[in-house]
Amino acid sequence: MRIQFEKRIDQSKISGFLIPAASFLLALLFSALILILFGIDPLQAYSVMVKGSLGSTYALTETLVKSIPLMLTGLGVSIAFQMHFWNIGAEGQLAMGGIAAAYVALFLNNMIPPALLLPAMFLAGGLAGAIWALIPAGLKATIGVNEILTTLMMNYIAILLVEYLYLGPWRDPKGFGFPGTAQFVAAAWLPRLTGRVHYGIIFAIGGAILLWFLLKHTKFGYEIRLIGENPKAARYSGINIAKNIILVMLISGGLSGIAGMAEVSGISHRLYTGLTVGYGYTAIIVAWLANLNPLGILVVAFSMGALLVGGDQLQIAMQTPAAVADILQGAILFFMLGGSIFNTYKIKITHKKSIQHGEKTHE
Amino acid sequence: MNKSKTLAVQMRGITKHFPGILANDNIDLDVYSHEILALLGENGAGKTTLMNILAGLYKPDAGQIFLKGQEVEFHSPKDAITHGIGMVHQHFMLVESLSVTDNIILSLQSSGLNMHTSQVKKRIQELSKQYHLLVDPDAAIWQLSVGEQQRVEIMRLLYRGADILILDEPTAVLTPDEATDLSKILRKMTEEGKAVILITHKLNEVTAFSDRVTVLRAGHVVSNVLTKETTKKELARLMVGRDILFRLEKKKCKAGKAILEVEHIHAINDKGLPALVDVSLQICAGEILGVAGVAGNGQRELAEVITGLRSLTKGKVLVNGQNITNSTPFKVINAGISHVPGDRIGVGLASNLTVSDNLVMKAYRKPPIVQGQLIKKRSILQFVDNLIKVFQIKTPSSETPTRLLSGGNQQRLILAREITASQGMLIAVYPSRGLDVGATESVRSILLEQREHGAAILLISEDLEEITQLSDRIIVMYEGKIMGIVDPDTTNLETISLMMAGQALSTIEKHGEEKTIA
Ligand SMILES: Nc1ncnc2c1ncn2[C@@H]1O[C@H](COP(=O)(O)OP(=O)(O)O)[C@@H](O)[C@H]1O
Ligand SMILES: [Mg+2]
Repeated sequence: MRIQFEKRIDQSKISGFLIPAASFLLALLFSALILILFGIDPLQAYSVMVKGSLGSTYALTETLVKSIPLMLTGLGVSIAFQMHFWNIGAEGQLAMGGIAAAYVALFLNNMIPPALLLPAMFLAGGLAGAIWALIPAGLKATIGVNEILTTLMMNYIAILLVEYLYLGPWRDPKGFGFPGTAQFVAAAWLPRLTGRVHYGIIFAIGGAILLWFLLKHTKFGYEIRLIGENPKAARYSGINIAKNIILVMLISGGLSGIAGMAEVSGISHRLYTGLTVGYGYTAIIVAWLANLNPLGILVVAFSMGALLVGGDQLQIAMQTPAAVADILQGAILFFMLGGSIFNTYKIKITHKKSIQHGEKTHE
Repeated sequence: MNKSKTLAVQMRGITKHFPGILANDNIDLDVYSHEILALLGENGAGKTTLMNILAGLYKPDAGQIFLKGQEVEFHSPKDAITHGIGMVHQHFMLVESLSVTDNIILSLQSSGLNMHTSQVKKRIQELSKQYHLLVDPDAAIWQLSVGEQQRVEIMRLLYRGADILILDEPTAVLTPDEATDLSKILRKMTEEGKAVILITHKLNEVTAFSDRVTVLRAGHVVSNVLTKETTKKELARLMVGRDILFRLEKKKCKAGKAILEVEHIHAINDKGLPALVDVSLQICAGEILGVAGVAGNGQRELAEVITGLRSLTKGKVLVNGQNITNSTPFKVINAGISHVPGDRIGVGLASNLTVSDNLVMKAYRKPPIVQGQLIKKRSILQFVDNLIKVFQIKTPSSETPTRLLSGGNQQRLILAREITASQGMLIAVYPSRGLDVGATESVRSILLEQREHGAAILLISEDLEEITQLSDRIIVMYEGKIMGIVDPDTTNLETISLMMAGQALSTIEKHGEEKTIA
């Protein structure tokens, strides 16, 4: 008997649903083994996770809170990925968005009328993310510098800049040594819909619809797809690739910048260490699992949010080591990403046989 | 040496479906050692599919394979090669940045860790001598010409002990000289007792290379004969299923005003060397100007310079009197120049996108398809359906990925798009390269039809027959320079060949009595 991979010629709708479902189940089984090794009852652990992330209004709102930045950054990287521009700098773009929004809230609040403070922060956040993305985009468009390296390195700069600001010049003098800036004035707080769920959710849904429309129904969307599939053909057909790289990265960075603005203005109301916790990296997985589909990204980001919140609950309710939640999250992602290979390949199991054949030679 | 032919492979009742198409229908095929078998058929006849099955890449839906009388079943190309069957695909599978030796080590089954590079290199040199297969084991793949890369692919199979070699349209990428070299290498291999299967759709090759020919049409075997017992005409009829006119009707040229004017242009190639040296030419409405020459003498750069894909260092390009020197491709397209690129898959198409996406590649920015920034799905549908019908593009639907189309249909797609977008000026580079006789005929008649409609056409081709058949005037290029301009009706092929080899027309004329126009 042999097991082998064979490329799928067409991708069926059913397998598109069955494969993730099966991967998820396998991940649960695998994680159960690990939980048992830690002496934890897997069924109880899972029920804690589900209840803690989806089981009550409070749990649901917390899951939504975590999923907002994942949605926005996921959307951000997805449009760049459509063009095969590997922007892995969402974390840094988010950080810059947070910094810019905080700057407006902290230092310009007495120059801007209160009603315009939030719009100004929104603009500043989006612009800062866009400008941060513009640097690698410009380097790529003009002299062909590899964007993977530049976007990644820009992350470190931005993350350290956040730290420098809230520990140094922007630190709250009345903060009793608490590492962070002073709290924003109330006019700079993003209104909340329910629980801690803030207007960021509307930005995310609006962004997804906008992106979907852009990709499906505009000239710009067609050009991005063509550049992604074959840049040489795009150039041949008269498309200005440099211009599109710049435009796409402005949108991509802008969305992540808005994620940063929404975090500081909707959740923490200050710039502090909780801003850069890896949303921008998880965004890459979110975009990928959603097949770069903008509406799919909303769904996947929500599931990812549930996973994060469920993991925290496990730690709180069952006193499991922090590592256990991380292992569970890792296992689920591993199986989901591993399973997605079966969207393009299928397994064939065959039995070898060998029959004597009479005829030998002729001529 | 034992020269008796033995039956090496039997394929029996091979059937393979793809969604919506029966690529192989109950095919029987015999392959003998000591023999070159030509597998002849139009694009889409199922040749590659059949050989992919033999090479272990696809599993047949039905049918059996026997090696020396023993039934075998392959689960991977590795399986096939351990049984001595190896295939050189149309697209090479080499790692560009590695050396020849490293590429061969990579393809070996054992991990390669316990292997000495020097040993492998020595074996490569041995094989190289044995089969006259010139390969430099230390060269990096990217430094090699396509012909040399092909030799590396063949070497890789020989190294792994293949004695049944399949080559999928090997000459499509070769210059005539390289093709002759290849035929010698293949001959040498059959002398050593190997079996060679040569996939092709070129009749010349069948008669020049092979001992036996099996003709496929639409997934069936339609004939299996010894090469010496058949003729090209007969083979063409078997392959296409109808009689092929080897000459196209061409009306007398009634050239109008000058459309394209190229004045003393210079340009450099990717390696920074001069590619075009003081090239001037003019094409009038209703005229085809052929550019003959051995590939790599500046033809590609000429097309790229005119279409804005490469910048020129000196000189001027005018279309309809408008200066388009060093314009962007966008401006050139707007000036009315269309371009059928030489590299169909690499430049002309986005092969993962649909037929519809590829057909609108030029029209998508013009009304009625676009209004403001919005793309109108309904207008696209109309536009695309119409082109598919008018240009007879065979595709399951307009939403089929373009990579699933046959080469001939991909080329018809490009022609459909470019002709529709063109405003009187078309540049066609190797328009029928890699196409079978049927598709070639149709591509050529499309070009002639455009000429009659008053288009100015710049035809770049390596195929002298194509150039002489279609062109009203021919320029010959050598090392980036124009060797002369001749009239195809009054110039013999020998003169053109001499010019292709670097002799200026003026020096030939001193000796011969050729009548030419300038
Ligand atoms: N992987 C594939 N998926 C779907 N259709 C295919 C695939 N490969 C080949 N075909 C179709 O099968 C037919 C035979 O193709 P092929 O064997 O490549 O022909 P040939 O090599 O003779 O040009 C064509 O119609 C082609 O479009
Ligand atoms: Mg083929």
